[in-house]
Amino acid sequence: MSYDKKHVESFSAENGYKKFRGVFAESPQLESNEEKHHRKIFSSIESAVAASGLKDGGTISFHHAFREGDKVLMKVVKVLSDLGFKDLTIASSSLLNCHDGLIEYIKTGVITKIFTSGLRGELGEAISNGLMQTPVQIHSHGGRVHLIQSGELAIDVAFLGVASSDEFGNANGSHGQLSCGSLGYAKVDAQHARYVVVLTQELVDFPNYPASLSQDQVDAVVTVEEVGDPSLISVGAARLTKNPRDLLLARIAASVIEHSGYFKTGFSLQTGSGGAATATTIFLGEKMTQQNIKAGFALGGVTGSIVDLLKKGMIGAIADVQSFDIDAAQSLRDNPAHNEISANQYANASSKGAYVDRVDVVLLSALEVDIDFNVNVLTGSDGVLRGASGGHCDVAAAANLTVIVTPLLRSRIPCVVNSVNTVVTPGQTVDVVVTDHGIAVNPNKPLLEKRLRDARLPVMNISSLRDIAIARAGTPKPIEYLDKVVAIVRYRDGTVLDVVRQVKR
Amino acid sequence: MNLIQKGIAGTLESSDILVIINPQAGGGVQLSLQSKVEKQFGATIRRVIVEKLEALGVTDVVVDVKDQGALDCVIAARVQAAVYRAAGVDKVNYEVLS
Amino acid sequence: MKLRRSMMFVPGDNAGMLSNSYIYLPDSVMFDLEDAVSIAEKDTARLLVYNTLKAKIYGDIETVVRINGVDTPFWEADLEMAVRGGAEVIRLPKTENVNEVKELEIKIGKIEKECGREFGSTKIITAIESASGVVNAVEIAACSSRMVAIALAGFDYLVDMQTERSSGTEPELFFARATVLHAARAAKIDAFDVAYGNVNDEEGFMREVNIAKNLGFNGKSLIHPRQIELLHKAYKPTQPELDHAKKVIEAAKTAEEKGLGVVSLNGKMIDPPVIQAAQRVILLADYS
Repeated sequence: MSYDKKHVESFSAENGYKKFRGVFAESPQLESNEEKHHRKIFSSIESAVAASGLKDGGTISFHHAFREGDKVLMKVVKVLSDLGFKDLTIASSSLLNCHDGLIEYIKTGVITKIFTSGLRGELGEAISNGLMQTPVQIHSHGGRVHLIQSGELAIDVAFLGVASSDEFGNANGSHGQLSCGSLGYAKVDAQHARYVVVLTQELVDFPNYPASLSQDQVDAVVTVEEVGDPSLISVGAARLTKNPRDLLLARIAASVIEHSGYFKTGFSLQTGSGGAATATTIFLGEKMTQQNIKAGFALGGVTGSIVDLLKKGMIGAIADVQSFDIDAAQSLRDNPAHNEISANQYANASSKGAYVDRVDVVLLSALEVDIDFNVNVLTGSDGVLRGASGGHCDVAAAANLTVIVTPLLRSRIPCVVNSVNTVVTPGQTVDVVVTDHGIAVNPNKPLLEKRLRDARLPVMNISSLRDIAIARAGTPKPIEYLDKVVAIVRYRDGTVLDVVRQVKR
Repeated sequence: MNLIQKGIAGTLESSDILVIINPQAGGGVQLSLQSKVEKQFGATIRRVIVEKLEALGVTDVVVDVKDQGALDCVIAARVQAAVYRAAGVDKVNYEVLS
Repeated sequence: MKLRRSMMFVPGDNAGMLSNSYIYLPDSVMFDLEDAVSIAEKDTARLLVYNTLKAKIYGDIETVVRINGVDTPFWEADLEMAVRGGAEVIRLPKTENVNEVKELEIKIGKIEKECGREFGSTKIITAIESASGVVNAVEIAACSSRMVAIALAGFDYLVDMQTERSSGTEPELFFARATVLHAARAAKIDAFDVAYGNVNDEEGFMREVNIAKNLGFNGKSLIHPRQIELLHKAYKPTQPELDHAKKVIEAAKTAEEKGLGVVSLNGKMIDPPVIQAAQRVILLADYS
């Protein structure tokens, strides 16, 4: 039967199908070549915001792969403020010192709610002193994805800074003059936000590979002068610290790992950033070389020290959610064994498979640990918000061996205490606490304790560590709080683990 | 101990304490303390300073202190050194340092 | 028997380092009032070291105070502080001859009596830092019952000798090392080799450690905590050494239990110095 237009139309109408109105009726972007190829290019953040349909009370999101060098968040918030937006929720994967300027926009009512992994600097101080009406939601890196997927954190517009993008929104953090490496956090926002704006320093020819954020997720591309300051992005380094105390801690931590029972070919590890963590990685690498033990993969939070081990063939692969320094970013770009993963793949408890589930050994830091092994990485000894949840509780929960490394005292402040100010990682998930005065093993790991004692490591009761700290420093006066809750600590599964109260002046 | 001049001891480095002592005629001990561990250890630091001054027989003095988390033994040493400098005395009497 | 492998310098005017250097577990810690402290801060450093000693935070680590030389206006005040503070050992720098040690000894005895400290409980380590010191080392090492060790200090010595530090086997230090070590062994006291100044040069440090260890030094003066572990590792006995030492001690024990005057192992007679050496090997193994 030959084509009978009328018949098809009446069939469609009778059966409730949409009527065919021409090839471009539902795809107007194809009508002109200009539209077809260049429609996502916006000349300014303002015009992209207008196109996004963002309204007062909406939720905007950011990622923190540029760390202290981030230039995107404050710039966008200023634009939104100038445009007259009010009552916005800001959901950044974390907030750092470079975001202190948010205080002003909280005071003027532009920002009224915050979701973040961390708070520091003047912003943390101001929030601890009661700046906000609504408590800040503190989540882990995995927990953030859980909150997004459960619908509690519904992102209207994601503003995602990248190193390079093409005009269709294929973007990455590793290929460009300004390299932050992995876009592990941004990948989640690109997937889930209602509207996605990519902000790039470099607009490159289509198609831009690798597409960490891909064209089917991105609505708008804006070229900006700078997305980040490269000199402030790097927090790790491959070189060995000269700080003798960090070296001491690292030496002990490396020995703990060596004798833990998990140090054998095929093991997997995450070591994080900071002087002691980097030194531990280097010392562990020496032990791996001496004993010819090769790791299956490293996860993280990746620094140059891990990259070094990959280059030497001591690690099979790297799964990288965040590149801590330029060595890590370059390796991600150049080494096929170094792979970018999303925060969902990294650490989400409700994802179908998180890398943390396959980690043997993780090394983590702490501001405070208590005699029940609970860890605080969020509030300082004065009760003020000055840290970040990060992936801490995620990896601790899943890893086979969770090692916390901390000096016993920071100047006069005891770091092993009766009870932490804020619980971020439950003690049940912490196996060993390494200090410069000795090691404590969780009583729920008797076999591990025996192994470490047999290796003649300085194992002692955790309450003995607390007692030494008090003998040196004296008993600190408990922090005085008011009733008002300034932050809610969400565990990785979305439950409430703790709250942070306003500090009494 | 008779104080005749301003006495300064210590540094602003971490785990140290800077103590500045000025004698005054009468007025007792006037202590102003800035400490990065004020909330947890402010009372302890004040007590140690006053104790050490008392042991040296210093009664009327303005004490200006900037603390960077020094342990008690460091606080004691800096107070004692500042007092001896303020007194212009070289020879330390260890019997009274306590 | 006390192990003296590592004597770590801690500047007497550094509050932070005085507060926590015990965490590095050197065998001995040396609070320095001499070169590390400027003339303007000698008074404050003395009080810092005094209060650190009184706080007793160094536990089992031997506390040594390096006073200023007897040719300075500071040494008597330094000594007064150190003896009263409870320092276990006084280290006298730039020791040239016996008279200086005698003067120090008399002064120590006087302070001990004044402050009620047990007479003779303050020990002495002399540091040899000049040609004449080296020449007089044998007498110096044996001149006082308080003397527990003698240390060679290379920097000033080499200036005095009109040469400088080389690398390799360091022939420029050979005579001084051999002399100081013989002086120590003849006097039955311990001997410390020179400090190695380049903290970042692990290889150079280990080269020197091996020279010192092979000559027979008990250990070295150290200027940085990270050198401690390297040094202790170098002095760690090998498994065969340890096994043999255990056998020697076992044989000695058996002989004692049986009331035998002569100790023998595998049919060979063992002299007391061999037993002592074995005890030292076991101690070294325990503390490394």
